[in-house]
Amino acid sequence: MNFAFTEDQLLFRDTVRDFLAAECAPAQVREAAAGDGRSPARFDKLVEMGLTGLTVPEAQGGLGLGLVDYVLIAEEAGRAALPELLVDQIGIAVPLLSRFADRPEVASVLEAVATGAAKVAIGHPMDPFVADAAGADWLILGKGDAVHLVPAASVALTAETSVDPLRRIAGVEWLAGNDTVLSDAPGLWDEILDLGAIAMAAQGLGLAQAMVDLAAEYARTRQQFGKPIGSFQAVKHHLATVQVAIEFARAPVYKAAFTQRPRDVSHARIAVIDAAAMAARTAIQVFGAMGYTYEVDLHFFMKRAWALAGVWGDRHYHLDRMARMVLSDDAAIGADATFADN
Amino acid sequence: MDLRYTDKQNAFRAEVRAWMQANVPTTALKSYDTAEGFEEHRQWERVLNSGRFGMVTWPEALGGRGADLIEWLIFEEEYYRAGAPGRVNQNGIFLLGPTLMEYGTPEQKARFLPRMAAGDDIWAQGWSEPGAGSDMAAIRTKAILDGDHYVINGQKTWSTRAVFADWCFGLFRTDPESSRHHGMSFILVPLDTPGITRRPIPQLDGEPGFAELFFDDVRVPVENRLGGEGQGWHIAMATAGFERGLMLRSPARFQETARRLVDLYRRNESHVAPGVRDQVLKAWMDAEAYCLNTYMTASRLIAGGKIGQEASLNKIFWSELDRAMHETALSILGARGELMASGIPEAGEIARWLKGFMFSLAGPIYAGANEIQRNIIAERLLQLPR
Repeated sequence: MNFAFTEDQLLFRDTVRDFLAAECAPAQVREAAAGDGRSPARFDKLVEMGLTGLTVPEAQGGLGLGLVDYVLIAEEAGRAALPELLVDQIGIAVPLLSRFADRPEVASVLEAVATGAAKVAIGHPMDPFVADAAGADWLILGKGDAVHLVPAASVALTAETSVDPLRRIAGVEWLAGNDTVLSDAPGLWDEILDLGAIAMAAQGLGLAQAMVDLAAEYARTRQQFGKPIGSFQAVKHHLATVQVAIEFARAPVYKAAFTQRPRDVSHARIAVIDAAAMAARTAIQVFGAMGYTYEVDLHFFMKRAWALAGVWGDRHYHLDRMARMVLSDDAAIGADATFADN
Repeated sequence: MDLRYTDKQNAFRAEVRAWMQANVPTTALKSYDTAEGFEEHRQWERVLNSGRFGMVTWPEALGGRGADLIEWLIFEEEYYRAGAPGRVNQNGIFLLGPTLMEYGTPEQKARFLPRMAAGDDIWAQGWSEPGAGSDMAAIRTKAILDGDHYVINGQKTWSTRAVFADWCFGLFRTDPESSRHHGMSFILVPLDTPGITRRPIPQLDGEPGFAELFFDDVRVPVENRLGGEGQGWHIAMATAGFERGLMLRSPARFQETARRLVDLYRRNESHVAPGVRDQVLKAWMDAEAYCLNTYMTASRLIAGGKIGQEASLNKIFWSELDRAMHETALSILGARGELMASGIPEAGEIARWLKGFMFSLAGPIYAGANEIQRNIIAERLLQLPR
């Protein structure tokens, strides 16, 4: 039993954090929002750092790392409100495709993903839109139980406008054919949903911390009544309350990455949705009228958090699922059950 | 990261489970805040010690098993799972014990720890004073050096367990010219020393869980001082870290309450309001989150880390969780939730929720009020100005 990341994992996390602080600072996010929302130059650098191949098996040219390695990276992507759709790809699409890496056509997609030559978007059939479908070379889509890997040429997209100016979502029309079936194993979409929920939870953690950090920075400098507003207990207690919620959402996310069990995943998802929503509403309050403007960076993080809260199972979906797993008569829930099945 | 227990850890769990099954009293002990119940609980501490389960993390020579923090968590899980009695010596084993381990001389450790593990010395705490509650640096009770003794004069209050305890530890002003955080020392005082008067204070439930202590020329040998003279504040903060952060409230305690809450909900599901389900789930998740967070802290401490500001985060989280769980239970019980005693079959269960609810209201107050903890988080973690 050791609930800790390795030195290497933390070092890699720090490297990615430093990189994003330099290449994806709020000013650069703002710049992307003013343009088409994506920076090919930054994406190339993500590829160079090995991030697109993080979870791709070594045989396909990736680093072959697992979800415990990746979860810290996803958290950093959230912290920076990274516009490029890295997390969905390496945390949902690639772990799924890797299961079928023995098929030559799938292996070649994985190789192309690792080198940055191809992008894969994925949308759960439960969600109406697919994120970054427009820039993708391949789309992973569902019909019933079946999971399809569909070339971009075979789909018709209807672009939609998200509250998050950096999220590019689209409705997808396509015709399912036998030649695109990756698998029709029952329950596979449930497992993919768990990967999606982990990806959203990890980003939400980073987003929530970013919002608290922005608000704290503002509270240290903004003066009223002759002193920084952060010296007032009302402001301190608001932010401390959010920090508590974030800290106690953290370990559930890491555990979910380790176990990938539905109960752990739903716990992580709900805890982060709540913490991020609290961070958003608290941060805007601390910023006051400034927080209500487009000119302060806070809104990029708030909007990302709002958008991610609804996809890959929203709060109600995960609570209902949790109820079935925790309130049933045969649920193992005592003090000795937490790590019992690992 | 590896979230699986080792064979050794599983074997330890099995040993604790078997021992608890064989030794935990089958009928509930009287409250340790009564004279009779206090001695019943002292006896239970002796039984625990006979199985070398008094404090498993201490070295074997001092009455423990040299267990690490993960094993301690396993012990606690089995302890609560077995429904074993509350720890009457929690001030000693969970607060003073770790502090002695860090700051005590070898002589002090040998003198105090084995007797603590055995239940021979039950400890009370002496922090607060009438003018020093949340503002602990306002302490005024003096301990003035006179030869090889300190002479203590003043008053402590809210001294948990002090009505029946054998000893108390606390902060005293050894430099009468000093103020605020300076000039205080951490001193261990036998409560049967002449000059000490105890006045029991009944708690919300009517039982004298704490006391006022009056010191009138109380002479205590210098060797009862823990750490250097004037070092008291620094040491007390370490003790407070254990209190808020890790040991006083192990996750198993709240996970067991959450399990009871889920059980109560299941039996009443057909007639509770729909929103109650989500409160029950939230309680279960939060108890689980506290456990996971504690395993992360334990893993970090085992790797050589130190406990830091997370103590304040923890204290807010467990105290507000405990209160929320009991409020939810009472809302499930509805009109039956006022029954302190009754002939109906669920009377014992209801009274337990009610007593637990009243005690949970103290959680956000003791061990440093949650407002103080929020200040600490804001100032030290988020670096907001004082």
